[in-house]
Order: sequence, then structure tokens, then C-alpha cells
Amino acid sequence: MIGADPAAGAARARGGEPFDPSAAAARATEAILRDTLHGADRGVVVDSPPGAGKSTLVVRAARELAAAGRPLMVVAQTNAQVDDLVDRLATADPDLPVGRLHSSDPHPYDPVLDGHASVRASAKIADLAGLDIVVSTAAKWAHVRDVEPWRHAIVDEAYQMRSDALLAVAGLFERALFVGDPGQLDPFSVVGADQWAGLSYDPSASAVTTLLAHNPRLPQHRLPVSWRLPASAAPLVSDAFYPYTPFRSGTGHGERRLSFGVASDGSGPDRVLDEAAESGWGLLELPARRTPRTDPEAVAAVAQVVRRLLDRGAAAVSERSDEPVPVTADRIAVGTAHRDQAAAVRAALTGLGVSGVTVDTANRLQGREFDVTVVLHPLSGRPDATAFHLETGRLCVLASRHRQACVVVCRAGVAELLDEHPSTEPVQLGVTVKFPDGWEANHAVLAHLAEHRVAWRP
Amino acid sequence: MSLITTLARMEAVREGRAQPLTTVRHRHLSERPLAFVPLTTAGEAGAPLGALVGTDRDAPRLLIVAQPRDRDLRFAFLAELAEEIQPYLDSYADEVELEERKETDPETGKKVPVQVELCADAPQLLVPSAAGVAFVRLLGRSMRFRRTAEQDPETPFPAPARVPLLGRWLTHYGERSRVPGSCLLLSLTELLSRHWATGQSPLEDQHLGSLLAWIDPPEGVPGAEAALRAESERDEDGLLRCPPAGPATDPAFDNQLLAPAMSRYDAARAEASQGVAGAEARLRLAEAELRGLIASQLRPTWDALWHGVDLLRSLPEGARVAERWKRDRWSYTAHRDRVRAGEPPQPKRDDAVTAAQKLAARETAQAQLDAHEALDDPLVMAGRRLAGEAFAGEVTDVEMAWSEARVPRPRPLITVRTEDRPHLAERVKLHRVLADGRAQSGEFVGFARTDGAAGTGGADGAAGTDGTDGAAGTGGADGTDGTTGTGGADGAGGAGDADGPGRALVVRLTGGMGRGKQPEPGSVPEKGDRVCWTLFEHAPRGGPELPDPESTPWTHGGPPDAAAPAHGPEPDPMTEEDYL
Repeated sequence: MIGADPAAGAARARGGEPFDPSAAAARATEAILRDTLHGADRGVVVDSPPGAGKSTLVVRAARELAAAGRPLMVVAQTNAQVDDLVDRLATADPDLPVGRLHSSDPHPYDPVLDGHASVRASAKIADLAGLDIVVSTAAKWAHVRDVEPWRHAIVDEAYQMRSDALLAVAGLFERALFVGDPGQLDPFSVVGADQWAGLSYDPSASAVTTLLAHNPRLPQHRLPVSWRLPASAAPLVSDAFYPYTPFRSGTGHGERRLSFGVASDGSGPDRVLDEAAESGWGLLELPARRTPRTDPEAVAAVAQVVRRLLDRGAAAVSERSDEPVPVTADRIAVGTAHRDQAAAVRAALTGLGVSGVTVDTANRLQGREFDVTVVLHPLSGRPDATAFHLETGRLCVLASRHRQACVVVCRAGVAELLDEHPSTEPVQLGVTVKFPDGWEANHAVLAHLAEHRVAWRP
Repeated sequence: MSLITTLARMEAVREGRAQPLTTVRHRHLSERPLAFVPLTTAGEAGAPLGALVGTDRDAPRLLIVAQPRDRDLRFAFLAELAEEIQPYLDSYADEVELEERKETDPETGKKVPVQVELCADAPQLLVPSAAGVAFVRLLGRSMRFRRTAEQDPETPFPAPARVPLLGRWLTHYGERSRVPGSCLLLSLTELLSRHWATGQSPLEDQHLGSLLAWIDPPEGVPGAEAALRAESERDEDGLLRCPPAGPATDPAFDNQLLAPAMSRYDAARAEASQGVAGAEARLRLAEAELRGLIASQLRPTWDALWHGVDLLRSLPEGARVAERWKRDRWSYTAHRDRVRAGEPPQPKRDDAVTAAQKLAARETAQAQLDAHEALDDPLVMAGRRLAGEAFAGEVTDVEMAWSEARVPRPRPLITVRTEDRPHLAERVKLHRVLADGRAQSGEFVGFARTDGAAGTGGADGAAGTDGTDGAAGTGGADGTDGTTGTGGADGAGGAGDADGPGRALVVRLTGGMGRGKQPEPGSVPEKGDRVCWTLFEHAPRGGPELPDPESTPWTHGGPPDAAAPAHGPEPDPMTEEDYL
């Protein structure tokens, strides 16, 4: 989408001076490509806020490298990301020979790729020799042995890649472009890794952390414009999660609108939908109560909001089309913190006869985009605020998946809960403290949501 | 904390007694473990004050440091400690069995089988608490780089023989204890809290006394009350009746008893060094007094530790524990070989590749441990089922089918009726254990509607499923209590009447049926069989190989600097006697 969005030019900066998002994004892209293609450094790092056109950048950089006669390997983190990238590459340039290196499991890749004539899929790297671009997951690349190193690589979602995963694949390339979103969920380990905290190569840290600790002079770029987030969301997400690297929305106020064919019936779900359509945010607040993770009332409320959203015939106006486009089930997502919560919401939606809505945890929603999202707040109904629930990236992912509006369902009392549970993670020598911490970010988001609060009334 | 653990803790509160989390013991317990109960000196980081150590519960060896600020006395303590522990560690080194292992031949580069030694058993160290494990690591770190006069005649402060060697062993044991499921070095608090849920917080469970008070309270005393007493009851002199398990001491003991006794010792020692008449006798007296005081703090913990061992021994060992203990034996054997080969002590810090390898190995060990525990223990499996990671039920239908390959393979479809609510999506891989112990793989196909059985709400789930397991001795986790718990967890079922599309699941078997067109007998379940499928693998594989340290890539700082000494101590540039 970068540089190709005619409707975005009208966005205005908050200070009043004219701001041309397309031009700003194009400038950033040019600088990145210049460093990647002609720079002297072995690595280039690109920070991308949510929906800033990271995939578009990766596709463009890959095509330009290939066009310059420099074959490259692309490392992504999940099979879904790899399939998506290959699909985008093949769609953008149907003649470009692209290899999809996959595992030897049954159904290892998306069958969509078989529809592209120029895409060759194999579990053996030897079958893909000589192709301009070979794409695979970090886990699969780590098993590749005895090949001539590639001169170039692109590492996608580098902030979600663990340092030890980079260690396993870095011998395969000479230089690389690292692209990722520093605000999303950090990689984690199921076992303790404290003994290495503070080491530059802490294997549980993110790949970018290790890379920059050892190569502090690498050029670092930033994509300045989020094309996904509406003008109502970008300032909040930028302030709460990217306080030192602010970004802007590519669209202005009023360019995106949500409307309903059916008027509100005055219930909580309807009123919160109206609020969200009006302001981009809605908080449906249930009475304070300590609940199990799969809080039946909150789960039912989430399902009810989705049901009403569909029933009321929501339609979205955006720069993508002149006519309002119906918000169908596939344009809606429900985000939760835990898998059992997602399962409970799925069951509740099935009970209301809703199908086709994506319901998943923050981890699995990373990188995805929808018109409207309904979020079960990670701290809703909890007696405590653990590091898991406070993690900045979790809330950031949940609050930045939408193009139009985001409805948060939560029990009252989260602000008090936060105040009772300040962050207590030990400070480790040699570890750069991450800003903002989850506690601060949670408060920032809550303070904003409080202005769009609707009390639950069935 | 998993839901089933939360339930067990709530039950423990209600019953006034810890509730079992397992039906078997999931850790290896040696027949002859060495117990080590250390104490440190307040205000002097890492300075030992005393220890009880030994393999005989009735005759522990008491070691003390009468004046912990005196480094000579500390050294003497460490030398004595080495004399106690090192022979124990060595006593397992020579009884070996031969194992065949594949090794890469350096000349041909091929994997060839070689005969290698594996120690038949391995020494096991027990400490009271997690802080004790940390102290073992600290001791190892402070001892392993010392040099004895024999190693280096020039060294200004030679360490007693065996001290550096014990340091290396304690380091190895401390490092091994970070591997999930390993049993070379164990703390009693971690062991006990794995097997029982108390009515207190996990933080409070780190107090060995109060943990035991919940698990085995005195007759007629509720666990909470017994735990509170163990934690904070003081005698008329203000001293804790149950001294802390250490290594930290009770400040009241330090101030009221230890400090004055140490002053008397110091005074007698000063006089003795000046040759004052009778000072030698007073010095002996003062030292004996200190021994008595320190023993009074150590002995209750020593007894508590063995009490805990008794409780754990009353549980039968899990079926896969021996398999994991064998890895501990490999670990012990490998370190024995490194010491014998004259290799230098472990480096202060791991290099990038070693750190990544250790992390990967531990993650694999964790996944393996989780799988093993669930397969060994229906109560643990019940927790996984409650978490949606497994399901058990009765086979209601079997439909033979074959794959469409040129050589068709059996791919029978099994319908399982279950009350569990696994987190399934199409083509999710499933695993189960066959009667002969092999694993069978399958994949989830979809839901099948059961005849009118659907739609009865979710809350009765646990009652039905726990009965099916017939888990002996599951205590509080049986049907009666399960109902209340599951009501909350499955609330969605009741609230939205969202019973899902039925409770009969269809699974396609994809492996474990032999090589022929017809499945091997017994490899396909029959109608009426009870089966338990898991969503997790039973024998998770490790990650990929990492590069050699010499080929550490540029992203991780390149190969470790060859110029800098990779091993051994490096004196502080300003104060040479300090090793960083």
C-alpha cells in the first residue's frame, strides 16, 4: 500500500501543519531500499508499527533485489506468514521464480500456492537451487546444511524471532534486511532463561536485540505511517506503545466511517457499538467481579456484541471504495489473552448462530487485519496482574488489529487492580529496560477507553 | 497455575490439608541420597556459617565456621565439606555398564556405533529449598577457579585439595538442576510442591516447615494453623520454634545468641594467640557453644528434609521416571569423563552457542517432562484434559478407510464420545499410547452428532470423565468435587447453551498400524474401548543443530575471541587477589 494510496493525502497532522503520509512513507521506503541495495553495512533494521506496510516493503525489497540479479532467502516465523509472503510475491510478479521450502509434514503449505505457475514448493533445498527467491520459516531454514551462503536475506517479523533462532540461520546469509514490529509480543521461552539475562547474546531475547547489541552501528529505519489504524486509533496506539517512535495514521478523521442499517435497541451491546462507530473505540464495562478465566458473562457479552454487529447490518466507508462495504463475519475478529477464552467465545458464537468470525489469542492475531475487533480485556475479572497479562505487546496486538473500530469488553476495577499490582519484574544488569512497561501502557489505554465507556445492560 | 491446581488448592483450604496433585512420584529418589543443609552468615554474601551433611539421617556431619569473616576458617569449612561430599560423588564413578552410542568417526565422518561407559547409578544431592540450590551454585562458582598448591606451586593462597574439584561438581549439579525433570540436585520444597497442593500461595510453599505442616499436619490441627505455627511461632525468648530452612538464618537468633557467642569466641581466640593462661580451654568451650547453637538451627531442617523424603517415598515411582534418570546418569558420567580427561573448570559465562544449546535442550526436556507426567499419571492427565490439551472417552464407532496413495494405507476413522472439551481444529495432530507402549498418531477430522445426547450443559463433564479413568487414590479430584469446578470453567456451555456441535469426535488414525494394507492386530481401537488422545507429542524432538562456537555468526558477535582466555580466572586489574 505504501506510496499507492491516493486517498491518504488529505490527512492532517495534529499540530495543524500539512502532513503528506504517502510522501513520508515513500521517503522512508526509498531510504530503506537504498541501504539494502547499495549500503555498506551487513544489516539494515526496519521498525514498523502496526499496519505500516511491512509486508509490502518486504515484497518490494525482495523483488528489487531479485531484479538486481541478487538471489535471496527470506526468513519468516510461521508457515502462515511464509505462505502469505509467497502468495504476495507471486501475485505481484507472476514471472518471478519463487521457491517455497517446506517441512515434510502432511499438508505443509497453503494449497493456494499451487495456483502460481512460478512458485516451486519442496522439502529439499536442492530442488530449489537457482531460484531467485526462496522463502521458508526460521525453523526449517535451521535444518538447511551444506549450501553456499546467500548474499542477501530478508528476515521478516524479526522482533518475534528469538536470538537462538537467528543464531541457527545466520550462517546461511552474508547480509540481511531485518523487518519487524517492536511493539508486538516478545518471543518467550517455556523454561527460565534468567541465567543469560544481560548477555548480549541472551538466547531468549529477540533477534534484533542481539543483532544490535553486537552491531550497534547498523542503519535503523522506521516506517512512519500506519495505513491500517484509523485516525481515531493511531494516536492512542502510538502514544501508549511507541512513545519514542511516534507514527501517524495514513487516513484522516472522517475518511473511515462505520454505519448501521438497524437502529440501536438501547441495550449495552448496541450502545457500545454506536459509541465505537462514532469514536473508533468502545468499552463495554461489566460489573466488577472476580471470575474464572472463561468468565461466562464476559464471554456472552463478547458474543452478543458480535451478533448485534452482524444483525444491525454494519457497513464500512473507507478510502478503499466509494460505496459503503458491508462488514461481514470475515472482517470481524475477537481477540483474547488465553486459548481457553478463545474456545469459550467460539462456543458462545456458535450458540448464537454466528460463524466465520476469527476468534483467537493475541499471539495468533499478530500480523492480521480486520474492520472491527472485539477484545476481551486480558485483565478482566482477574484477581492479580501477572507479567503475562501485563505484557505490553499483548495489549498492543489486541488494540491494533482494526481498520474501523475496536470494542473492548471488560469488568470494572481494572485500574484499581493495576494500582495494586505494580510491575515487580526484577531488574537485570545489562538488560535495556523496555519502555513503556505493560503497567504504564495498560493505564494509558484504560484512561482513553474510559471516555468511551458503556455500562453493560443486556 | 493450571485450573486443576487451583481447584486442588481450594480443596486443601476446605479440608485443612494438602491435596495430592499426582498419584505417583514423578522424580527419581536415590536409595542413598546425600542431604546437604547449609546456613549462611547474614550480611556477608555467600559466607557459609555451617552445614549438616551426610547420607545417614541419624548421623549427619556438622560443619561450622566459628568466625565467618575469617577466610582461613571458611577455607577449612570448604575443605571439610569437600571431604564429606567428594567421596560420595566419586563412589558412583566406577560401577559402569556399557552402552552403545552412535558417534561421528573423525576420519570418515560417518556415524559409527561405539561402546561407551554409563555409570550404573548416580549420586543425588538433596537440599531443603530452592535457595539451597542457588547456594550450591554459588559455592560451585566460588570454589571451582581456586588453585591448589599442587596445581600451581606459586599461588599465594592455595586452596585445600579437593576444593576446586568439588566446586566443579557443585557447578555441574547446579547447572543440571536447571534442566526440567532432572534429579541430580533437588530441593525438597520443589519436590513436595510438585506432588501436593497446599492451601497457601506458591511463595509460602517455599518454606519447608509450613509446606510439611500442610501435607502432614499434627493430629487434630488444621493445616493452615500448623503452617502458621511453623512459620512464625516463637518461644519465650523470641526465637522461632521452627528455624527457617536456610540458607538464611533467623535474625532473632543472630542477634540474641549467635553474635554474643561469636564475640566470646573472638575474645578467647585473641587471648589464646597471646598465650593467656586458660584461653585455649575457653576457646574450645566457645567453639563448642557455637557448634551447639548452629546445630540447633540446622537439626530441625535436617529432620524435616528426611520427613519429606519419607512422604515422597510413600508414592510409587512413575513409569517413565527411570528413563529420565538415565539422562541424569549420562550427565553424571559425562562430567566424570571431563574431570578425568583433565579439562579445565566450566567457564564463567556460556558462549552464544552453548547458551542457545542449553536453552533448546531445556525446552525439549520441559516438553518431554510434561508429556511423561501426563502419561504416567491419570490425575496429571486429568489436568491436561481440563485444560483442553487432551481428551478421553469411549469409542462408539470404527469405520475402516484407506489412503488414496498408490499403495493404500489404513486410515480408519474412529468416533470417540467424550465429555472433555479439547481445543481442536481440523487436522490437529493427536497422539495416544498403544497397549505395547508405542505411540500412535492421528488427526482430528471433525465433530459427529451423538443421538440426542448433546445439549445437556457442560457442568457434569468432570464427574463423568474422572470416573472413566478409575484413577486410584486421586483423592479430591473425583467426581463429587469436579462438578463444582467445571461449572466455572465450562460456564460458556451453560450461559450461551453453546454446547458446540456435539460431543462425539472423529479421529483419523494416521500411524502406528504397521506397514501392511491391513492394520496390525490391536493397533486400531474397537467399539467400546476407552481411549485417551493428547494434543501434545509424547516424545518431542529437539531443535536443529547449531553452528560450532568457532563459527558463531556476525549477528552474535562472531567466534569467541581466541586471544582472551576462554577458561580460568582472570584477576581484577586493580586488586589482583580478586577474581572476577
